[in-house]
Amino acid sequence: MTVTEDRPAQKTAEVGRDRRRKEDLRLITGRTKWTDNISLPGMVHVAMVRSFSAHAKILGIETEAAKRSPNVVAVLTGKDLADEQGILINAWPITPDQKAPTHTPIALDRASFAGEIVAVVVARSAAEARDAAELVDVDYEDLPAALDLKEAAEDKVLAHPDLGTNKSAFWQFDSAGAGTGGAVDEAIEQARADGIVIEREYRQQRLIPAFMEPRSVVVDPTGEQITMWSATQIPHILRFALAATTGVPESKIRVVAPDVGGGFGGKLQTTPEEWIAFALARRLGKPVKYTETRSESLIAGHHGRDQWQKLTLAAKKDGTVTGFKVELLADLGSHVSLIGGGIPVLGAFMFNSIYKFPAYQFNCQTVLTNKTWTDAYRGAGRPEATYAIERIMDELAVEVGVDPLEIREKNWIKHDEFPFTTVAGLEYDSGNYEAATARAKEMFGYDELRAEQKQRRDSGDPVQLGIGVSTFTEMCGLAPSRVLGSLDYGAGGWEHASIRMLATGKVEVVTGSSAHGQGHETAWSQIVADRLGVAFEDVEVLHGDTQISHRGLDTYGSRSLTVGGEALVKAADKVIEKAKPIAAHLLEASADDLEFGSGQFTVKGTDKGLAMADVAMAAFAAHNLPDGVEPSIDCDATYDPVNFSFPHGTHLCAVEVDTETGGVLMRKYVAVDDIGTIVNPLIVDGQVHGGLVQGIAQALWEEAVHDEAGTLVSASFVDYLLPTAADTISFETDHTTSPSTTNTLGTKGVGEAGTIASTPAVVNAVVDAVRAFGVTDIQMPCTPERVWKAIHGHGNGGATPTVGDAEPHFDEADVADRSAGAGPGAEGADR
Amino acid sequence: MTRIQMTVDGGSYSDDVEPRMLLVHYLRERLGKTGTVVGCDTSNCGACTVHLDGRSVKSCNVLAVQADGHEVTTIEGLAADGELHPMQKAFHECHGLQCGFCTPGMIMQSIDLINDNPHPSEKEIRLGLEGNLCRCTGYHNIVKAVQHAAGEPTGASS
Amino acid sequence: MIPAQFDYVAPGSVEEALSALEGAEDAKVIAGGQSLLPVLRMRLNAPTLVVDLGRIDALRGVRDDGDAIVIGAMTTHAEVITDPLVNEHALLLAKAATEVADPQIRHRGTFGGALAHADPAGDVGAPALALGASYTIVGTGGERTVEADDFFEDLFTTAVQEGELLTEVRIPKHTGWGAHYEKFVRVAHQWPIVAVAAAVKVDGGTIAEARVGLTNMGSTPLRARSVESALVGQPATDEAVRAAAASADHDTRPPSDLNGDADYRKHLATVLTRRAVLAAAGA
Repeated sequence: MTVTEDRPAQKTAEVGRDRRRKEDLRLITGRTKWTDNISLPGMVHVAMVRSFSAHAKILGIETEAAKRSPNVVAVLTGKDLADEQGILINAWPITPDQKAPTHTPIALDRASFAGEIVAVVVARSAAEARDAAELVDVDYEDLPAALDLKEAAEDKVLAHPDLGTNKSAFWQFDSAGAGTGGAVDEAIEQARADGIVIEREYRQQRLIPAFMEPRSVVVDPTGEQITMWSATQIPHILRFALAATTGVPESKIRVVAPDVGGGFGGKLQTTPEEWIAFALARRLGKPVKYTETRSESLIAGHHGRDQWQKLTLAAKKDGTVTGFKVELLADLGSHVSLIGGGIPVLGAFMFNSIYKFPAYQFNCQTVLTNKTWTDAYRGAGRPEATYAIERIMDELAVEVGVDPLEIREKNWIKHDEFPFTTVAGLEYDSGNYEAATARAKEMFGYDELRAEQKQRRDSGDPVQLGIGVSTFTEMCGLAPSRVLGSLDYGAGGWEHASIRMLATGKVEVVTGSSAHGQGHETAWSQIVADRLGVAFEDVEVLHGDTQISHRGLDTYGSRSLTVGGEALVKAADKVIEKAKPIAAHLLEASADDLEFGSGQFTVKGTDKGLAMADVAMAAFAAHNLPDGVEPSIDCDATYDPVNFSFPHGTHLCAVEVDTETGGVLMRKYVAVDDIGTIVNPLIVDGQVHGGLVQGIAQALWEEAVHDEAGTLVSASFVDYLLPTAADTISFETDHTTSPSTTNTLGTKGVGEAGTIASTPAVVNAVVDAVRAFGVTDIQMPCTPERVWKAIHGHGNGGATPTVGDAEPHFDEADVADRSAGAGPGAEGADR
Repeated sequence: MTRIQMTVDGGSYSDDVEPRMLLVHYLRERLGKTGTVVGCDTSNCGACTVHLDGRSVKSCNVLAVQADGHEVTTIEGLAADGELHPMQKAFHECHGLQCGFCTPGMIMQSIDLINDNPHPSEKEIRLGLEGNLCRCTGYHNIVKAVQHAAGEPTGASS
Repeated sequence: MIPAQFDYVAPGSVEEALSALEGAEDAKVIAGGQSLLPVLRMRLNAPTLVVDLGRIDALRGVRDDGDAIVIGAMTTHAEVITDPLVNEHALLLAKAATEVADPQIRHRGTFGGALAHADPAGDVGAPALALGASYTIVGTGGERTVEADDFFEDLFTTAVQEGELLTEVRIPKHTGWGAHYEKFVRVAHQWPIVAVAAAVKVDGGTIAEARVGLTNMGSTPLRARSVESALVGQPATDEAVRAAAASADHDTRPPSDLNGDADYRKHLATVLTRRAVLAAAGA
């Protein structure tokens, strides 16, 4: 026990400090623990045999040649594993009558997308497994495939004949019906009479999350619990789902997410590969490993976005908005995956965005097709919504003849109107669109760039300048459990934290969040260091292993800080409360006379004090504790958020368009984001930068392209275009701060904001650059060809889908063999 | 099987390998040097970048047998006597990594870039990294890290 | 990602290499491997034998041969970029080599390997064609020279036959000529959608001679001969070069793929030709 004489100096606050990351040391030295590193005694390797056909009956699978291949342990089909492979669930049926085909990890008698697993090979090495997989001969009978989203919505060809339709669910939100606003059809009718009606159809192209670490899973069945290591964002949800679908007791399953190399929603999934590895390990009694190739990842990892958006905006002649009607077709792909069916619904409440629409209606028809299923990808529903509204607000600006920022300001929620309940029924707690916009304009040099734009237009410069605006908000911090329940989402949205006060003064924090690059170890250390007054270096953050972090709902939806961080704060506050009586007893004072600050319990009006670390030691020793107090000051908290959080921002983008080639060059990008209280500005800006590039990439480069046979053409990084450092610029970022009023730290989350805001900022800029040529839209991605064609009147930049083959860089004869449907895995032992 | 001998991170190794074994797989699976990773199958991503006889190469695009008799340096061979390489320090200082998967390759290529061009402009840095994909950082801080390591001012943007 | 099995030899001389190729049922030659290894990894090709030229030092290096320079087939792109003879007498090759893929690939990929691979979107073919390269090919029957216009036959097909090796490439000196390689891509690491290689001899503001090669405008690299003739005697001005470049798409059959259709590529060829020629002329 120590009685200190001097009060300690006030420490610099950790929250708000640009601490360098604790995670870095292992990552910059290669001392990393990726799932693919794992090697266990007796471990065997799996190779998948995947369907080349988008839709085919499986008439038979010839496995004898594969079985005889060197060091092959087993070759199994869907039928062989039918009773053990379990099922892949949909945790969010958005309507009670949602139609969803059964999703088995290995296809049974019909392949329903190109890339679906039809057989598995297990061998002593990955190379031998692959060699044998080439020898598996599958006899397919091709079926017509439902590929085009609009055609699939008309049930012209059925993706799943037994289902009888491709239409999975129809979901609607109507402000009149919900009592949150007026009737949108009336508003539109009125506007047709004496106002403005803007009707547009936009395409949200299909994207691929393309995290840098290919997915990998290892299952070891040899311990008391079955352990699965997986490159996943959701170890807790995986454990629950495995138990729920395989019959193995939850307490006999341990899931570990070791170091995970990026996710972006793409690793928020219960995957066929994980379920197969689990079943194989149990059957064989040996550790089993599967690591996908990049091609497999692009084909079989879930895709994102993929919508047609029909939009009708109603406004008064002066540009005051009066109604917004949204009609979406959303491509689910071949199955309704974990939360895939609900992704469009996550955007349902955001099309109205920051604007005071009196009437709003959202309609969404989800549709099954014979393509890879879709699910969460950075932003999950909100980028789609923000794109639609921010593009159409630019169209409104043109129609009214005013600056795009002016039309937005006219309609947005004013700073003094917060908290504001929107026409979609959400209560935005705080925000300041005026301040963010003013700062952005200042940083951007808005007026100067507009002047340059005019000069280039007037002089007929072959290089035109475009300026794009995006004033966004989003709903994140997923999510209040009651709201999730009301939407029929299968789980809650709480988060858990445990704080263990070790005897030697160190603090162990166990979080239910599962970081995969977000720097939680550092940021959580900062939060706890502030709250408990301990040193940043003395905090150890543990996560990702269900045997260590027994409770959690993992990381996605920009929730970890707002929900997980709040759980941390609550746990820390509980520790202080639990420590108080012990401290009081040791200080021979009343608990009411104690104050806590900078890691010290002090007696008011005296110099007497006790460090938290000393209380922890005293609890451990238990030699002198007050009666009735247990010898521990460790605490848990599980926190359920009361609302979503609503970060917002103003993004301004300047692009140069080379009218001779259609090439687009980004000149300048400014992002002023209000994400509430900032814990670590370095980490925040990193999230913004990364988010920006993914959103910009949707605008300019990325698209998952299928050919008429339903084969993914952009199936490698040669053709699925991710930008490099040479294609992107440095960004200018700043922040305004409107703290959230619904959590203690005032945080709002930033993981997805950059992606949500940037796509419309870029497309608005490109269209702005060439509007003088009569262009009103260019379909994403705004390839040079599309831009050029739009300028020169060859079709308005593509209301047509991207067609064409992959770039042929291998011997033509080999490519021809491949595209004819023959090739590795689909034919006999020639290769 | 072919017998090969090579020096990796200062250590001498001798093994029998199948000719088809890629250098990256040899490093990871036979030598246990899991710091170097595989990110793609078309040699676009650069996550597998190591130095071969002092120059950066994509180790997925080299057969182990081609490296027989040569010298390889991986991310794990950079720190000397417990002291981080200036490029490693720069990435840490400038928050040039998030998930860390692309980082070893990015660091190895950045070192080669500076070896070749000790005072690169921002444009030269960006071009010099065109063979390395990152999905997390948006490259902004990676560029800053390289500028920092080169002793350059890291620009006015925040 | 894992290639099929193959046997492997790394001969120390051209003779040994030819001997290994002879009598091999299904052999592939590996130079830098930057084009072959992706093919093997995707199992698009499964040779039974791979013959590695990497230990044949005689195939490396650049030498001065009077009115030409000679580049050994195993000279890497990185070596071409910095070689003093190339920069002085065949600058276009150095400029184009700078645009190949990325630095790591340039450290391994070879000039001869890229030429022999003959990807129509490869960056070294059009410059070699434009400069009138001639190719030394050896087989068990002896050595022969193939002239510039006869080397590229079709997609991934050259005059190099089964069992033969390209050993060196002879480039007539273009000392003092201006050179520029204009490559159009959507993202940096791509093969060109279209690219134009231009070398010009400028005499006091007038183009005395021009050589223009086109990348990815057909199944092989192409010479834009009508552009070359149209440029002779023209001033190196935007107006004059624009007029000459208008015929860049003549006699071309560009592919259509997800980066652009044939019409768009034809248009690009004219724009890029103008830009390449003007840049080469230092205008």
